[in-house]
Amino acid sequence: MVQYGSGRLDASFAAISDATRRGVLEQLGRADASITDLAQTFHMTLTGMRKHVGVLEQAELVTSEKVGRVRTCRLGPRRLEAETAWIERYRQLWEARFDELDKIVEELKRKEKVDGRNESD
Amino acid sequence: MDATRAIEPTLVENDATVERTSERELVVTRTVNGPARIVFEAWTNAELLERWWAPKSFPISLLSCETDARVGGRYRLVFGYEGSTMEFFGRYLEVTPHSRLVWTNDEGDDGETVTTVSFAETGGRTLVVVHDLYPSKEALDGAIASGSTSGMPEALGQLDELLVTLGREGGVIGT
Repeated sequence: MVQYGSGRLDASFAAISDATRRGVLEQLGRADASITDLAQTFHMTLTGMRKHVGVLEQAELVTSEKVGRVRTCRLGPRRLEAETAWIERYRQLWEARFDELDKIVEELKRKEKVDGRNESD
Repeated sequence: MDATRAIEPTLVENDATVERTSERELVVTRTVNGPARIVFEAWTNAELLERWWAPKSFPISLLSCETDARVGGRYRLVFGYEGSTMEFFGRYLEVTPHSRLVWTNDEGDDGETVTTVSFAETGGRTLVVVHDLYPSKEALDGAIASGSTSGMPEALGQLDELLVTLGREGGVIGT
């Protein structure tokens, strides 16, 4: 299988450090698109978009295939790993939320106990 | 091995879990140590919700939080992140005290995501299940690819964060 050394990771960091390239990934998450479509969506020249797609291809976040005159881009093989990592990140957000929620629930439980005691006085 | 090890499984069971259960669905589960009555209150009362929805350990603040938790009522949360703001809003489709909350999330471009939260109490503890139904596979894929989803601003989940995680788990990537 493909080996991902530090060079590969550096390529990934570089690839997603740019807002346009993150936008391209989001767009391709919705549907495959040609370079021309992408250039129009992001108000860029074809040459500019080709460069961005090239960077994403090097990082294997995107693959492209030329049929006739049209080069179609889609999400690449690293996408599933990104999904797994994204789900873990999302889980961490919820874990942190629930940790804060636990504190509030404890506080409300204590308050109920005190109120209950006062009522019975 | 010491005796405290034996109680660990119970603690692990209390961790939040996240699963993509289908092309359009994402499910979060977690048990909270309190009755459904209290947990439900913390989900619907804006003053309480704003204290936990944007956790302190995440680089984000909740600037305002409004919830009109009744059928047809609207909610609006405004987040601040590195000088910019973003909004998370929609309306409640169902509000069944202490057991079920359903709301839409209307700020996306691809149609509305519907979130159903159920609260099931057993022995003073409440199992919370948060179920997100996206309008299409493409909408959920798009949210994941860009690192955002309902309730998690894009900036929080940017792919660079993911790749930092991937970097730490270098061995896994190499397989």
